[in-house]
Amino acid sequence: MTSFDAIVIGAGHNGLAAATRLAKGGRKVLVLEAANAPGGATRGREFAPGFRSAGLAHLVNRLDADVARDIGLDLAGGALLPTTVLDGSGKAVTLHGAYGESIDGVSADEAAAFAALRKKLVFQAGILKRFLRRPPPQIGAISLGDLSTLAGAGLGLLRKGRGEGRDFLRMLLMNVADVADEYLADDRLKGLLAFDATLGIHLGPRSPTSLLGLYYRLTGEAAGKTGGQVVPAGGMASIAPAFVRAAEKAGVTIRCSAPVGRILADRGRASGVVMRDGTEITAPVVVSAIHPQTTFLHLVDPAESGTGFVRSVKNVRSHGNVAKLDLALDRVPDFAGPEARNGRIVLVCSMEQVETAFNPAKYGEFSPDPVMEITLPSLADPSLAPSGGCTLSALVQYAPYRLKAGWEAGKPAFLKIVLDTLERHAPGISRSIVAADLMTPVDIEAEYNLPGGHWHHGELQADQLLVNRPTGAASGYATPIEGLYLASAGAHPGGGISGLPGWNAARHILSGGKP
Amino acid sequence: MNALTTSAAGLRRAARNHIRTPRLETPFHERLAALSEVNDWYSWAGYKAPHSLFDGELEYFAIRSTAALFDISPMVKYRITGPDAERYLNRLTLRDVRKLAVGRVQYTAWCDDHGHVLDDGTLFRLGEADFRLCCQERHLPWLLDSAFGFSVDIREETEEIAGLALQGPTSYAVLRDAGFAGVEALKPFAVVSFQHEGGEVTISRTGFTGDLGYELFVPRAKALSLWDRLWSAGELHAIRAIGYGALNQARIEAGFIVANTDFVTAEGALRADRERMPDEIGLDWLVDPDKPNFNGRKAILDARRNQTLKYILVGLEIEGNIPAEHAIVYHRKKHEAGIVTAGIWSPTTKRNIAIASLERPYGSKFTEDLWVEIYAMRELQYQKLMKRAKIVPRPFVKLARRTATPPGLK
Repeated sequence: MTSFDAIVIGAGHNGLAAATRLAKGGRKVLVLEAANAPGGATRGREFAPGFRSAGLAHLVNRLDADVARDIGLDLAGGALLPTTVLDGSGKAVTLHGAYGESIDGVSADEAAAFAALRKKLVFQAGILKRFLRRPPPQIGAISLGDLSTLAGAGLGLLRKGRGEGRDFLRMLLMNVADVADEYLADDRLKGLLAFDATLGIHLGPRSPTSLLGLYYRLTGEAAGKTGGQVVPAGGMASIAPAFVRAAEKAGVTIRCSAPVGRILADRGRASGVVMRDGTEITAPVVVSAIHPQTTFLHLVDPAESGTGFVRSVKNVRSHGNVAKLDLALDRVPDFAGPEARNGRIVLVCSMEQVETAFNPAKYGEFSPDPVMEITLPSLADPSLAPSGGCTLSALVQYAPYRLKAGWEAGKPAFLKIVLDTLERHAPGISRSIVAADLMTPVDIEAEYNLPGGHWHHGELQADQLLVNRPTGAASGYATPIEGLYLASAGAHPGGGISGLPGWNAARHILSGGKP
Repeated sequence: MNALTTSAAGLRRAARNHIRTPRLETPFHERLAALSEVNDWYSWAGYKAPHSLFDGELEYFAIRSTAALFDISPMVKYRITGPDAERYLNRLTLRDVRKLAVGRVQYTAWCDDHGHVLDDGTLFRLGEADFRLCCQERHLPWLLDSAFGFSVDIREETEEIAGLALQGPTSYAVLRDAGFAGVEALKPFAVVSFQHEGGEVTISRTGFTGDLGYELFVPRAKALSLWDRLWSAGELHAIRAIGYGALNQARIEAGFIVANTDFVTAEGALRADRERMPDEIGLDWLVDPDKPNFNGRKAILDARRNQTLKYILVGLEIEGNIPAEHAIVYHRKKHEAGIVTAGIWSPTTKRNIAIASLERPYGSKFTEDLWVEIYAMRELQYQKLMKRAKIVPRPFVKLARRTATPPGLK
């Protein structure tokens, strides 16, 4: 029997990034995946005969370049994709380049105002970005590196003068609606910012701190550009195999259909895992690249954690609010001409629409007039649909995990609303639908083992970031249980396909970082 | 007004009836009130409790010379049952509950994740999967949150279970004459059940006095008849009802600490530096690093390894006869070293004794040349007394009759 230096639980992209970094650091690594294929939320699936979905994510906007380079990710980047905002009036706004470096469909004044706001937000996000690639500072044990990051952030702020510094502190915890109102007049643009700031977060644009979601997006880069978005050559379905190839090349062993039953720990020290079939695998390091709540509430015996710690893990807010729609179509739909179809299409008419869509979600109801972003994945990856056919992927909000009426009854009703919305924007699309697969947060939870169906593994809000992600005592990848580390989106810096939580965790382990 | 609104208003009124009795009465109140000559009551966890009933000094000597009956009903009591009860309590508390046999009692304490003491108390094992936890403060939210992942049932039974402490050299004789046959076989920290008027009374050989003594728990409805049973049997053994003043003297002599008197409980502390680890309040001996993981384990062991423990609890013997309660402790008469948390003139040892919390290295490394500054009030003027203090082992009073089995009769 081979022995391993480290066991990584979960072959999502973060688990694979962590495993690859560890293997490259000389560790012998075993990755255990419960599903029958690696990839986690980037794992593709056939949702209708002949039609495949590439997984939960349908765009890449924050895959970290250092991570990709370091783990040897062999993934050819595509070109930057535009975002087209459709409000149903027939007059589209299109953001070109990285998050609207240039912009069509608005007045020259509005374009200039957007450019000014964009510049400000990109600058401010740049300050926050410094914190993404290292463990959050551990309160009570601030290191030299932490100080230099903090000093760097401070100097970065002052570089542009005191006014910018003050404005950063003013805006940091504002809501996106007030910020958009300060700069913009066009409802469609404001609607887009509102949508992007809140997608995947249980906030409306007028909720305090909602601007953080937009900052988070703008801390990401694609094709070397802040705020950019791409689909890699070969489509989104090429991401999981690329992570797998990198891991295998580094010597990582990956076992699929290998669900872990529990994590072995005794008196505060982890020593391996017991598989659901009873097999015991020991290793001095266990890296949990799955949801922190699954880790500490189900896999680790609660007796091994302190009451206060279990309490704080239970309190992590992790109820998804987004539904994923996959449509199988017999032809390519027409939303707003040929350029838009290759990029991202956002169906939103105003900030008010997003706010109004959020209101029922607070009370356990879905939005009667939802907002959504759409891509047509089979255009980049024709293997996803039979010839002549097309797939459509949409992220639709708001669709609360805990639907008062229950999703069994709610799902058909919500699907009809979503399809009606699509029909309004692309007349005729209904008749071309071969199959529709709507995944509510409850379905996402079941399909991807994501508690709450929350793809960030916990709300990305001010109280669950940095030193509080997922919770204070486990915010530095190390946990109260020696030898057990967190490496999923539930750890700093958070969700999205970045690879950073996994990579940071592995680097922390290799540096000999003490818990 | 129709019948519905009348009854709704009635219900509402009934629901706020508790405000009419802001100070609760214990199940024994009727008897205590009848015996109270001095009407000297205080609030114990919201209950009316006697500080003294007739004469503090005589009450004290009832503990040490005959038999003293003390109402401990306000003590907070939890019943913990279920298949995981042992494992649950083992994770909750500092000592190894696997070593606690059925019919035995453990003095123990429990901590938060940071190793700060939440409370101390006694844990009774009434059955394989049936425990009673008694303590000073309320902890239901903590106990319930600790139950995640365990198959246990946790119930607060403070109000429904009445408690009596029967302490003193003739306490066994009282129980014998009250008809509790077989109680002579009880060793210290043993507990057994007896039938009483169709209810069950548990009698344990435990107490807070360092003397021979027992504690009795009984359902509220049987409380008064149990009192009467003991009282009539105790007549010839000079049984006396006592208040807290007398008990407090006895417990200081026995070297026992009281939560929120000798240390501040972690959930009650408002100031971050007031919390205490077990090793800082003399409870290091409870911590069992070899048993499975328990709350605070890592923090406590880290503090020991890194030598970051900041305080220490010591017993002091102070020259003179002025009680040193809340006096500041000095090293070489000038460096502040800590505070006396409880101090009395001990009637039994005829010494001036105290329990003090010192800031290390005072009390750990520097154990000599300690002084206490006592402010003695003399007709509206403080007389400051600088008295020499010596660290001495606790308990200050050690009585052979406390542990002798079978117990003596006088």
